[in-house]
Amino acid sequence: MKILSKDTLVDHAGLRIFRMVLDAPLISRKARAGQFVVIMASREGERIPLTMVESDSQAGTITIVFQETGFTTRMLGALEPGDSLYALAGPLGHATEIKKYGNVVLLGGGVGVAEIYPVAGSLKQAGNRITVIIGARNKGLLILKKELESLADNFYTATDDGSEGRKGFVTDILEEVLKKEKQDLVYAVGPIPMMKKASFVSGAAGVRAVVSLNALMVDGTGMCGCCRVSVGGQTKFSCVDGPEFEGDKVDWEELGLRNSMYCDKESHICRLNSLKP
Amino acid sequence: MNKEPIGAGELPVQERVRNFNEVVSGYQEKDALAEAARCLQCKNPTCISGCPVNINIKEFIAQISKKDYSGAYYTIRKTNNFPSICGRVCPAEYQCRRACVLNRNKTSFASEEAININFLERFAGDYGMRFKLPAAPAAAGSRKASGLRVAVVGSGPAGLCCAGELAREGAKVVVFESLQSCGGVLRYGIPAFRLDREILDYEINSLVKLGVELRNNIVVGRTLLLDELFKEGFDRVFLGLGAGVPSFLGIKGENACNVYSANEFLTRINLMSAYKFPAYHTPVNIGRQVVVIGGGNTALDAARSALRLQMINGIKPDVKILYRRTLAEMPSRRIEIEHARQEGVEFKFLVEPREFKPDEKGFVRGLECLLCELKEADASGRRRPVALEGSGFSVPCDLAIIAIGLGANQVLSSVTPELKTDKHKDIIINPATMETSVAGVFAGGDIVGGEGTVIEAMGMARKASSGILQNS
Repeated sequence: MKILSKDTLVDHAGLRIFRMVLDAPLISRKARAGQFVVIMASREGERIPLTMVESDSQAGTITIVFQETGFTTRMLGALEPGDSLYALAGPLGHATEIKKYGNVVLLGGGVGVAEIYPVAGSLKQAGNRITVIIGARNKGLLILKKELESLADNFYTATDDGSEGRKGFVTDILEEVLKKEKQDLVYAVGPIPMMKKASFVSGAAGVRAVVSLNALMVDGTGMCGCCRVSVGGQTKFSCVDGPEFEGDKVDWEELGLRNSMYCDKESHICRLNSLKP
Repeated sequence: MNKEPIGAGELPVQERVRNFNEVVSGYQEKDALAEAARCLQCKNPTCISGCPVNINIKEFIAQISKKDYSGAYYTIRKTNNFPSICGRVCPAEYQCRRACVLNRNKTSFASEEAININFLERFAGDYGMRFKLPAAPAAAGSRKASGLRVAVVGSGPAGLCCAGELAREGAKVVVFESLQSCGGVLRYGIPAFRLDREILDYEINSLVKLGVELRNNIVVGRTLLLDELFKEGFDRVFLGLGAGVPSFLGIKGENACNVYSANEFLTRINLMSAYKFPAYHTPVNIGRQVVVIGGGNTALDAARSALRLQMINGIKPDVKILYRRTLAEMPSRRIEIEHARQEGVEFKFLVEPREFKPDEKGFVRGLECLLCELKEADASGRRRPVALEGSGFSVPCDLAIIAIGLGANQVLSSVTPELKTDKHKDIIINPATMETSVAGVFAGGDIVGGEGTVIEAMGMARKASSGILQNS
């Protein structure tokens, strides 16, 4: 649970994204692409899920990437190498189904780019031809560009303001890629509107879209139902049934609403601690 | 001689609804002596058969009468490892007290005349705790499990009990728990106002003193697999995985914001200390109009917790329990129903929820219901509620808690096909030894019997520990 290293991927316009390598020998032996861990930054802390970005069973480490979005991620961001997390459990959730699909497009938005990185690597290794499209609000917020660019057969970037790559959304590029060449799978991780659009665009082109959801969780092992989502009209628990689901079947509106359930509490605790909500 | 039943001390209602402190303060010595004096010391005591672990009730009450409190403690300890816990949470009115000859009720629960065996057990248990009476290891020469290494998976009532039993016999026991603290349902489920956390911590520390090692944050089935426990050098494994998966109603609107499972609501409060937000960082929403659906202890725990959150936050208390049957069929403890009523929880009987109505922001604002009528008894032996079409009405609410039961924890069984389960996904065992379909792997508690009581889980764990000893 010890933090072995920490580096700043983004520190731009008040927004910070960190990468941390954690000592976690048991978890590292089991971790596979697509799975997550639950962490507590302190004894008083919340349990939050974070996707694992890398694992090294030889070194006994796992790597997490997180953006400071709320109180807990900022508590985590304040920790330094040598500090220990209060709790770390995993690996949780189902791993991504890795096999040879053929042509696969991976879409990452914001900090979701970190989550497609291990999946891209595994899919590439399984013999897929991979197209990677990553995006962020602007150039300063783009992460893991070099790493993904060197993995991908085709690589695109998009920024809202055009400061890097295409001006616009990753889903605009997805639409073009789908028109240009037959694709067998789309894998998307990012903000809800992005995953929703990616699922719609893929569906329209007759291509299956898999998404990895970011529902709120407590235990992460199926005991509470906090992370329930409607998928194809059925209630599923993101933690044990997911976190990946068929994008065209997810009730995106419900997920967005449920994820905003504690917004006022979040602002309150941030203000109390003199953090910008 | 006073023949009136002796009640246990309780915090005044107005005080207790503003905190999570333990409500029942238990017997003073004079109370225990007076209540013990009411016991008829029957030649053929019936109470013992009402106890799932057959505590020698007659004997320990006689010992209390003789002021031999440590003797009483050890009499209970012969078959129950955690008297202070069971004295608080056992549904005694459905078990030993119902079997007491003084019980005048023909219903499923005892009348108040029955001896308050649970309060006496608590008195003896707390005496043992106060004077730190050791759970002595077996004498060095007679230890049945020296050198045996046992992995206990899950730190709830079953796991803790099994760990203690085997450690006393000299086994090296390691408890694996997926959460950051131990206790299972005693930690995340049962609120502190029913079970003071000091008691739980004391019992867990006693196990550590016996040499039991606790390893938190390990999800067996994910972090470690069953066969890896054997590879790590464990000779036997005990699975006390619990019934941890909340059931939902399956009605429209159930995923609206502020519709909680009781497990989530209670876990946030009990395990994560959300009632101390923002000093603790886990939030829980507090409703102005709360409905709780269900009629068991969990429903009452959730309702009373919700009411306390309202009081602590200066909100006028408004918590309703909606139940499909009536007061008589409620499976919860009678004392908890009484406490909930005193605290201001309302009960609405013969109500079946049909649909949650959210507002435009997705937060629940009301619950559409139907009235029910009781028909002939169903498989559970209770009269079956049948909803009356056309009887619809709506209950306003801005927070709803679903407490209609729990299913088996499948984290381990889903990745361990050789571990045979039944149609409820409960683990199948040999009832004589509690051994599962995997040799050397034993199980007990709710993962075997479905939802049961703390004492039933402990009873199974004791049987499993005997099974492990015989088998070794």
